[in-house]
Amino acid sequence: MRQLIPFLTILLALTLPDRAQARDITIDLTDPIVSITTGFTGTDLLLYGAVKQAGDLVVVVRGPARDEVVRRKEKVLGVWVNRDELVFDKVPSYYRIASNRPLKEFMNPEDADRLQIGLPNLDLRAKVSGKLLPEAPYDFREGLIRNLQRIGLYMTKPDNVVFLSEQLFRTRLRFPANVSVGTFTIEVYLFRDNKLQSTATTLLTVRKFGVEAQVYDLAHRYSLAYGVLAVIIAVVAGWAANAAFRKG
Amino acid sequence: MDIYLPIAEMSVNAFAIFGMGAGVGFLSGLFGVGGGFLMTPLLIFTGIPPAVAVATEANQIVAASVSGVLAHWKRGNVDLKMGMVLLVGGVIGSSVGVWLFTVLRELGQVDLVIKLCYVVFLSIIGFLMLVESMRAIMARKRDVPRRQHTHNWLHGLPFKMRFRRSRLYISALLPLGVGVFVGLLAAIMGVGGGFVMVPAMIYLLGMPTSVVVGTSLFQIIFVTANVTVLQSVTNQTVDVVLALILLFGGVIGAQFGARFGGRIRGEQLRGMLALIVLAVCAKLTYDLVATPVDLYSIGLAGH
Repeated sequence: MRQLIPFLTILLALTLPDRAQARDITIDLTDPIVSITTGFTGTDLLLYGAVKQAGDLVVVVRGPARDEVVRRKEKVLGVWVNRDELVFDKVPSYYRIASNRPLKEFMNPEDADRLQIGLPNLDLRAKVSGKLLPEAPYDFREGLIRNLQRIGLYMTKPDNVVFLSEQLFRTRLRFPANVSVGTFTIEVYLFRDNKLQSTATTLLTVRKFGVEAQVYDLAHRYSLAYGVLAVIIAVVAGWAANAAFRKG
Repeated sequence: MDIYLPIAEMSVNAFAIFGMGAGVGFLSGLFGVGGGFLMTPLLIFTGIPPAVAVATEANQIVAASVSGVLAHWKRGNVDLKMGMVLLVGGVIGSSVGVWLFTVLRELGQVDLVIKLCYVVFLSIIGFLMLVESMRAIMARKRDVPRRQHTHNWLHGLPFKMRFRRSRLYISALLPLGVGVFVGLLAAIMGVGGGFVMVPAMIYLLGMPTSVVVGTSLFQIIFVTANVTVLQSVTNQTVDVVLALILLFGGVIGAQFGARFGGRIRGEQLRGMLALIVLAVCAKLTYDLVATPVDLYSIGLAGH
């Protein structure tokens, strides 16, 4: 029942004439903030919304960008050793696509390329000593994507946007435990007759919260105090252990 | 119960980590060893990044050594002067070690160096222990007298110092050198280094066995404390939450281990420990030699 309320709200919004004219797509998240707390093992969010007129939908979620190093191993004296490395500039730390049917069936390749929809269309740029290369070496690019897929940060399952009616839709977005903190953008593209009709964007914040946030913050901002504190905790714990078991 | 580790930035099963702490604690109580050289590889096997495993384990060893040294201190089994000289060397060695660790991390080679160090040391120590315990088991009935230590060129070094409690008059450079070497290992491998220091103290310095363990524990506290602080400052890789779970498990395990240890013969114990060490070593070697799942790996830039 609780899940129905957002849909009812949207239905209501759609029936109001001025709102309906203003937007082709209306979207919202069950929660715009993901908090990483002590028990965090990843989370599922529900993205739901409504379209004014039926069509095909693609949802693209991108995590905060960061530079990633890709290293290639080679066998040296019988042991696998990291040899060549390449830095990729501003790689989305999370990338997910969802749609109501396979992309090829309703999107032409030019649109997919322009909007960077689909892993092959992601604009991943390598840089050497600060300068961007015109094209990243294919092997390294594939290696980067493969690694991010393996740890669950890049996902493309192109069939899990569910239309509940002509207008109402929803999709489940999975954020694993190793998700990075920052601002995520969620874009929804509406296609009709193989043409892009309209888009909608919303933001999601992933943050550390509570003890987790405090520990992380202390470690990075006051690292000397953190180190000293870690030693003090260990000394006290060691002493306490000795005292406890001597009595017992 | 799953728990999110704030520094490792991953979710682990708290009971599994606690169990690992207790298991290694049990072994360390049983065999009278620190356990760092087993704990760090185990953490790496569970998927904790090696850099975090090494730095966090140093933090845990501080606690284990404090709780161990108190008992030895009461019995007067700590040679404070020797400990201080070792400590000076240890602080120098571990500081250099953390610097080296940071450089290797930037080059993307730290995981490899950690694993190679483990393979080298675990194989040497495991093999020596196995041979020694086999020999002891076979020669139990014969009583072979052994000299405490022999005089060689090492005793001609300058800066001689008198260590009353150890009944030694040797060059301060010797314990200093041992301290530097063990400090380096502590920083790079996330160990206390007792498994190198104890034999070095007995065979190289010629210290009486009664003060060896207490003195090495005394030195280990300060060296691992130094590593903890330096790793926190330069690499931000000490995970206090992880250290606390390990510590809790370790303390409890060690008590049971110590009680259980009284019932088994010493040489059989050492033989068993040698086999465990060699098994861990074999697994690490396999991981280095076997073709990896993916030739490409990723890491964050600027680390």
